[in-house]
Amino acid sequence: MIRFLVKGLIRDRSRSLFPVLTVSAGVFLTVFLYSFMQGVFGDYVKANAQFDTGHVKIMTRAYKDVADQTPNDLAILGIEELLEQLRNTWEKMIWTPRIRFGGLLDIPDVHGETRSQGPVMGLGVDLLSPETSEIEILNLKNSIVQGNLPQKENEILISGEFANKLGVKLGENATLLSSTMHGSMAMYNFKVVGIVRFGMTALDKSTIIADIRDVQAALDMTDGASEILGYSRDMVYAEDNMMKLAKEFNSKFSKEDDEFSPIMLYLGEQGGLGEYLNLGKSFGSIIVGIFVFAMSIVLWNSGLLNGLRRYGEIGVRLAMGEPKGSIYRRMIAESLVIGIFGSVMGTLLGIAISYYLQYTGIDFSNMMQKSSVLLSNEIRARVTPTSYVIGLLPGIIASAIGTMFAGIGIYRRQTSQLFKELEV
Amino acid sequence: MTVVKVENMVKRYPMGGREFTALKKINLEFEKGEFCGIIGPSGSGKTTLLNIIGSLDVPSEGSTIVLGKRIESLSHKEAARLRSKYLGFIFQTYNLLPVYTVFENVEFPLLLLKLSAEERKKKVFDALKWVHLLDKVDSRPAQLSGGESQRVSVARAIVKRPELVLADEPTANLDAENSYNILEMMVKLNKELKTTFIFATHDEKVIRYLRRKILLIDGKVAKDEVVNPAPHKRGWVN
Repeated sequence: MIRFLVKGLIRDRSRSLFPVLTVSAGVFLTVFLYSFMQGVFGDYVKANAQFDTGHVKIMTRAYKDVADQTPNDLAILGIEELLEQLRNTWEKMIWTPRIRFGGLLDIPDVHGETRSQGPVMGLGVDLLSPETSEIEILNLKNSIVQGNLPQKENEILISGEFANKLGVKLGENATLLSSTMHGSMAMYNFKVVGIVRFGMTALDKSTIIADIRDVQAALDMTDGASEILGYSRDMVYAEDNMMKLAKEFNSKFSKEDDEFSPIMLYLGEQGGLGEYLNLGKSFGSIIVGIFVFAMSIVLWNSGLLNGLRRYGEIGVRLAMGEPKGSIYRRMIAESLVIGIFGSVMGTLLGIAISYYLQYTGIDFSNMMQKSSVLLSNEIRARVTPTSYVIGLLPGIIASAIGTMFAGIGIYRRQTSQLFKELEV
Repeated sequence: MTVVKVENMVKRYPMGGREFTALKKINLEFEKGEFCGIIGPSGSGKTTLLNIIGSLDVPSEGSTIVLGKRIESLSHKEAARLRSKYLGFIFQTYNLLPVYTVFENVEFPLLLLKLSAEERKKKVFDALKWVHLLDKVDSRPAQLSGGESQRVSVARAIVKRPELVLADEPTANLDAENSYNILEMMVKLNKELKTTFIFATHDEKVIRYLRRKILLIDGKVAKDEVVNPAPHKRGWVN
């Protein structure tokens, strides 16, 4: 009997091809949307972790409250000792200090007069020590479009757009005008040795990157840093582990009555990223829910049409003595076969397109020119193990549910009524 | 031996808030090997009576006993079992399954009986031999003429050697030549296999072959007579 039904399925394209294509299309959209959103969410979280939040971040309690103003007067001091303790206690983490600062970048002409000037967002990171991980974390080698990485003190990298705006070239001097952590005016001369492009509007607009020791010197922050970032060595953000780590650190180092005591925040606690991560997690369920609902309706309708078209066959089968329950079950079995085929096809197609977009990406830079969000201008899909399975079950379930609804009509009708309709 | 016994059978249908009585106090008995027909104008209740005898419907009142089974008390499953084992159906519009070959169409009732592939093959070829369609085994219904399609339908009805074949207007879509062939074939099957045939028809071509005619008018048996079938010639026209 199974062979008999399979033959019918294969030969009757309106019974197999159309539903298979419908399921495939739905599953494809589910897989693709899921992978694409994973890419977007993943990129956003990764970019934030790289440039801003780390997997965990240590600041003073006072700095934390107004962190978006980069209040270096509230920076952590004594970072060498703290770093040593961190490295000894949590060996599986990479610990790196950073200084964020704002100010003006002044480009002098040959006479030392201001040729151009613009507000700058600066980042002081460890560029020069041999054991530094920052070059990899910030992907600096790949981001350099001209020149090279700073090799010695007082050398800086400047973002391409900013360099163009200021008209500064490699080898030229740039003066930082800012304030020290004690509130007095700071002026410090740098030499531009490299131009970088991160592909993120927020960073490419007005960023300079200098070695942290130069920034400490410029801002009078000896043995100080705005924040210390921690990354797991495999660079994969595992929220539970980071949460545990932050709790452990805070119980050991943080004191509620001391606003200059350090406090550790994990990525999910910073800048609403936690909600964003949760949204990313629930997005898969939302897509699947919508898919199952929409596809069930589509397949229900297609099942009804198919059922009407198959009244003849159903009537004959009833007359021959096949019980209604058996017909209903076999229709569902057929729909499961269709669901499996459609789901596999849709998943393969979805994975293929997602992989393509994982490697090529879609350039959204024109839409993000005024963006201050740390999100890559080139948005890519990301195929995860879930991408392979997210559409499979819903495809099969939607197909079966659609047929179940459609089949109820057949099940409830009087046999003789079906028989009359068969004669029409 | 009584194959079908209908006693005081009434069938009512709901129709626009009222009830329409399709069959009124029917009393009939059919013996094994009969070649008989329920005749009458359209709307007289022929198909309804055939459906109840075929366990596709149940009476509103009275009883219908088919091969010892009381139709009104059968569950869906039991009715299906009765049909699959003992009853064969022939329809006006053939109702062959279009995506299957002639062989597969005829094989279908045997699949429900869970016979082995070898047994099925033998029975299907026997049935197709009966209806002279061995050369069309692999054809699809769309490739057959009306007469050939109805012969496949006959083969499908008799392949499991049922006790009773119910034929609802089997020649309505056939020309005189094909009607003749089909009816001759059924007469032969009736004689050789002792299969009981009950027709529902108002086609003169069929009526002339019947050995018993039950005239149904407005849901009542108006006449029930045993007759000598009229001889027919090939190419007979109405």
